[in-house]
Amino acid sequence: MMALLRRDLAIATRSGGAAMLGVLFFLAVVAVIPFGIGPDLNLLARIGPAILWIGALLASLLGLDRLFQADREDGSLDMLVMQDWFSLVFTVFIKSLAHWLATGLPLVLAAPLLGLLMNMGATSTGAVMLTLLVGTPAISFIGAVGAAVAVVLPRGGLLVSILILPLAIPVLIFGVSASYAAVTDPDPFWPPFMILSAIALFFAALGPVAAAAALRGASD
Amino acid sequence: MQATATKLKGRRGDSVLFDNLGFTISRGEALVITGPNGAGKSTLLRILAGLLAADSGEFLLLGDDGAALPVLEFAHYLGHRNAMKRELRVQENLSFWKSFQRSDSGEGLSVDEAIDQIGLTGVAHLPFGYLSAGQQRRIALARLLVSHRPLWLLDEPTAALDKRSDRLFADLVRQHLEAGGLAIAATHQPLGLENVRSLELSGIHSAASEEVWA
Amino acid sequence: MSDTTISQGWFTSLANPTRFLALSGRILPYLATAAVLSLVIGLYMSFAAPEDYQQGITVRIMFIHVPAAWLAMMCYSVMAIASLGTLVWRHPLADVAAKTALPIGAAFTFLSLLTGSLWGRPMWGTWWVWDARLTSVFVLFLMYLGLMALHKAMDDPARAARPAAVLTLVGFINIPIIKFSVDWWNTLHQPASVIRLDGPTIHASMLYPLLVMALAYTLIFFTLHLMAMRNEIWRRRVQTMRRQAAQSIGGGA
Repeated sequence: MMALLRRDLAIATRSGGAAMLGVLFFLAVVAVIPFGIGPDLNLLARIGPAILWIGALLASLLGLDRLFQADREDGSLDMLVMQDWFSLVFTVFIKSLAHWLATGLPLVLAAPLLGLLMNMGATSTGAVMLTLLVGTPAISFIGAVGAAVAVVLPRGGLLVSILILPLAIPVLIFGVSASYAAVTDPDPFWPPFMILSAIALFFAALGPVAAAAALRGASD
Repeated sequence: MQATATKLKGRRGDSVLFDNLGFTISRGEALVITGPNGAGKSTLLRILAGLLAADSGEFLLLGDDGAALPVLEFAHYLGHRNAMKRELRVQENLSFWKSFQRSDSGEGLSVDEAIDQIGLTGVAHLPFGYLSAGQQRRIALARLLVSHRPLWLLDEPTAALDKRSDRLFADLVRQHLEAGGLAIAATHQPLGLENVRSLELSGIHSAASEEVWA
Repeated sequence: MSDTTISQGWFTSLANPTRFLALSGRILPYLATAAVLSLVIGLYMSFAAPEDYQQGITVRIMFIHVPAAWLAMMCYSVMAIASLGTLVWRHPLADVAAKTALPIGAAFTFLSLLTGSLWGRPMWGTWWVWDARLTSVFVLFLMYLGLMALHKAMDDPARAARPAAVLTLVGFINIPIIKFSVDWWNTLHQPASVIRLDGPTIHASMLYPLLVMALAYTLIFFTLHLMAMRNEIWRRRVQTMRRQAAQSIGGGA
């Protein structure tokens, strides 16, 4: 299984890989916001955490449709599905993890830079980074379900986003509310953050199982 | 070791492709499936590999002691596509499958030995995408060698191969059978072996929709 | 296969890259030495320059910041000219030049954004504002990264060349916008003080270190660019040789 992780990471970082595309998309999405709402620094600082979270959510949905589609196109998916149930679930888990390492983790690391552009303070930026670190894996894991369902469709890309966005809304809600709670005084930071962590763990358990079931059903 | 199919029924969409299909092969034997396009050769192989569910019937792999073995772990499936990544080197592709498809039934060849076997010595360091279609197919065959699994399920294994590579493929299958393996292949290529059974699929058997929609 | 025709076309034109490799190999040591020397002198002069009566010691960031911003734009202009070469004369070296200038230009742009940010914190009280100059330079940075992603997305450099050249030329609109942003819009960033029609408006004690630093940056750019171009030429030769090797092994069908 380490071999699978290494292979997926190697493909993501080789030429033609999508590792840095997510970060670029993140950068571009967040950078257009000030053009739309004007360069008022106080306003930007106030909405910064929400913008960063929405940008990160969209960016991590970006490469999800390729998660299994690429393996299906070259025939590897048959070999991945040809395993006993537990190994298949674990395979999906590893593939989602590789996807997060290649596209989610760079988003977390790029967040401070964008926090600067959004005129966010150190606490606020730190809170967003922490919530993204916990929240983006949840998106990758639940996204695997959408990717598995859409694997047989020729134009699955948009569909994956449409299927997954509603499921990712709780992640967004608690991620943003925890980020705001860190800077607005009476609200406590930990309760929403704990719920966010719980969602992440729940998705990490549920996502691979559901995706494995969908892959079993989808093979033709 | 013995592979037995009993009363298999498979369909594509609404049409039943084959019904009441059965065969048995044991160690050192091969089964060649022939038939016109659309007769259900690929469907049958995918059912045997466990990638598709059969409508009814079952396919069992029995060990020497008579216990049922999981086909998933004891069979290699080679589909139309090569299951290799263009971006990665041949060496990386093969060693990935070697460790991913590790099985208890015996050690496979090393990656370099497998590449030597298929006559492409020196190709290991090249990205898979640089190879020609025939070379890519031969690397896909090398995957069957790097991890040992007794049952080979081959779907048009000689597609894109030239005459010389055809013979090379027949040799690989013969070696596999002589070592006590089993092979089920959908191919028109004569394997040049004695202990080959053949199974002809004739095409659409009946339309199931008549029963469902009548 | 179409591969062979591509590699043959590439090989007939290899004569030029070969001459380029020989020539650049001879120039590089001198260029690198000159770059290092001028950088040392420039840095010394920058630190010897008097402190500004308003800005204090932070004014020295300017000696790093201003040439970086110039080079960021010059590098893009070099790429635009090279892209013209790709589109009009289809010269393979032009594509190599445009592609290898990308990361260097992105680095200079990032340096100017970074140093500007460090200067802006004590002077303006913020790391970043969305005014016309800063925003247009940030857009330049995004364009550099986007073009790099475009090159990375194609595994065959010959196919990436023309789309990248077209995109580079379209993006060139941004360069005059950056240059004149401080005149067209009312911005926080100060207007041009060196390159203007009525002569520079800064004192000689600051002008000279700035010019030496600009020279040093330019030399550094050309040194790095030549080195990167040589690497890219070798990388493409390796790729061609690999394709040939793949064809020769096992009488590949």
